[in-house]
Amino acid sequence: MNLWITGLLSWFLPRLVGIVLVTVVVILSVAYLTYAERKIIGYMQLRLGPNRVGKWGLLQPFADVFKLLLKEIVVPERSSVLLFVLAPVLAIVPALAAWAVIPFAPQVVLANLNAGLIYILALTSIGVYGVIMAGWASNSKYALLGAMRSAAQIISYEIAMGFALIGVVMAARTLNLETIVRNQAGGIGHWYLIPLLPLFVVYFMSGVAETNRAPFDVAEGESELVAGFHVEYSGTTFAVFFLAEYANMILISALAATLFLGGWASPLAGTGIPLLADSGLAWLALKIAVMLFLFLWLRATFPRYRYDQIMRLGWKVFIPVTLVWLGVESLMIVGQVGPWFQGGRP
Amino acid sequence: MSPSAWLQETVFWFFGGVLVIAALRVITVKHPVHAALFLVLCFFNTAVLWILSGAEFLGLVLILIYVGAVLVLLLFVVMMLDVEVAKLREGFVRYAPLGAVVALLLVFELAYVFWAHALGFHALTRLPRVSATHDNARALGTMLYRRDLYPFELAGMILLVGLIAAILLTLRRRPGIRSQDPARQVRVRASDRVRLVSLPSGRRHSP
Repeated sequence: MNLWITGLLSWFLPRLVGIVLVTVVVILSVAYLTYAERKIIGYMQLRLGPNRVGKWGLLQPFADVFKLLLKEIVVPERSSVLLFVLAPVLAIVPALAAWAVIPFAPQVVLANLNAGLIYILALTSIGVYGVIMAGWASNSKYALLGAMRSAAQIISYEIAMGFALIGVVMAARTLNLETIVRNQAGGIGHWYLIPLLPLFVVYFMSGVAETNRAPFDVAEGESELVAGFHVEYSGTTFAVFFLAEYANMILISALAATLFLGGWASPLAGTGIPLLADSGLAWLALKIAVMLFLFLWLRATFPRYRYDQIMRLGWKVFIPVTLVWLGVESLMIVGQVGPWFQGGRP
Repeated sequence: MSPSAWLQETVFWFFGGVLVIAALRVITVKHPVHAALFLVLCFFNTAVLWILSGAEFLGLVLILIYVGAVLVLLLFVVMMLDVEVAKLREGFVRYAPLGAVVALLLVFELAYVFWAHALGFHALTRLPRVSATHDNARALGTMLYRRDLYPFELAGMILLVGLIAAILLTLRRRPGIRSQDPARQVRVRASDRVRLVSLPSGRRHSP
């Protein structure tokens, strides 16, 4: 019996430690992503950004968190209380659970699934339930309208996103993220970014739309919907939605880095430069940071899209672009172009 | 029992139990939105059971398609309806016999399947199992695109025809609708909209 329990624990504990570690790191990254966002957009708009709490405002995220945690949670009357409370949880869980299959370094991944990419798609597709439930359970017209917009938008862009990922699967001939990264190792010339550039652009823009970020943030639409689906949320429940949005941004960036930019593989591999030619977590972190900067840059630059134009972009521009490029990619695979498709026909 | 087998058994009974309860709630709960959400829970638990028996690809695709797309659209419609719960519950007695017939038929079919395959009650150990390293996606792909290529393509064509038919049925061109054509909006140049008229300056107004 004792042996049995130690067996179970030895199976369970290392995984638990890994899960807790990843979760804590993601949440801390979210905290400093909000800081980076305010600073970067501040400088882009010739302001200073937060600079009062701590040195250079570095403690500002914690001040924000404590403020939100100490505030009262107001549950609207005649709302569906259980769903109202469950909605933020449903928004955050997929954003954290998807990290299970992201390879952080060679052989370092929580779960090396064969169908890793499908797992990611499945999980990101249930994130929309948090938004829908929040909108409906709030019993408020603004929240419901925001939820409807958001749901339509997320579903539309999921198709373009899925098509873009099919391109990666075709190139790597596997759904396993670890193998996808391994196929791109060997320097910047081996990245799928180069043969799949249109798919990368479609994937990233769809990611921006899926996370409801500017310029696709009509679901929040301050000017006409007050705050969209989370208008009735306050205190901790609001903080969780906020956390989910930023965790999703980091996740989309990590996926873009893993699928198109070679993940943990060093772009300088094969050049023989000491330290820089080594692969590892630092390269992944750097690539994620670059993608996140793009998110913030977009927000500082572009005005909000009109709703019907968002739909048009998703259905009539992105989906045809991906379909055409999948055809082009098939030709490249048949022709065994470059270092990417050397494997030849499957 | 080894720890991992015990864990699998526990996971099976937990998710199986939740599945049965959620399925019951789908038909007993009052509000359609709640029913749809319980259906989501059902699909999710089913996916877990599929993954547990080694069909990870199918389980994840079940979540991706049914939970991530089909039921979102269903919820989309149900939420927009202003449902009168009392009205929905009318006519229970009238429809009860028909419901009972359908239910009996389903029970008979299920029993037949169980009997035909001579499955025991101890479900988990009798589930078809494959090793954890078995690549589902590859196996399915080989089967669908090599062995069963023509039937598969035929099914795809039938679905495509159905899709086009559904779009045609709902596509109505009513006259008099003002809709925007973004391509035309983008092509517009200043010369299309603004006409510069040069008026001779200093002309006196007519008295």
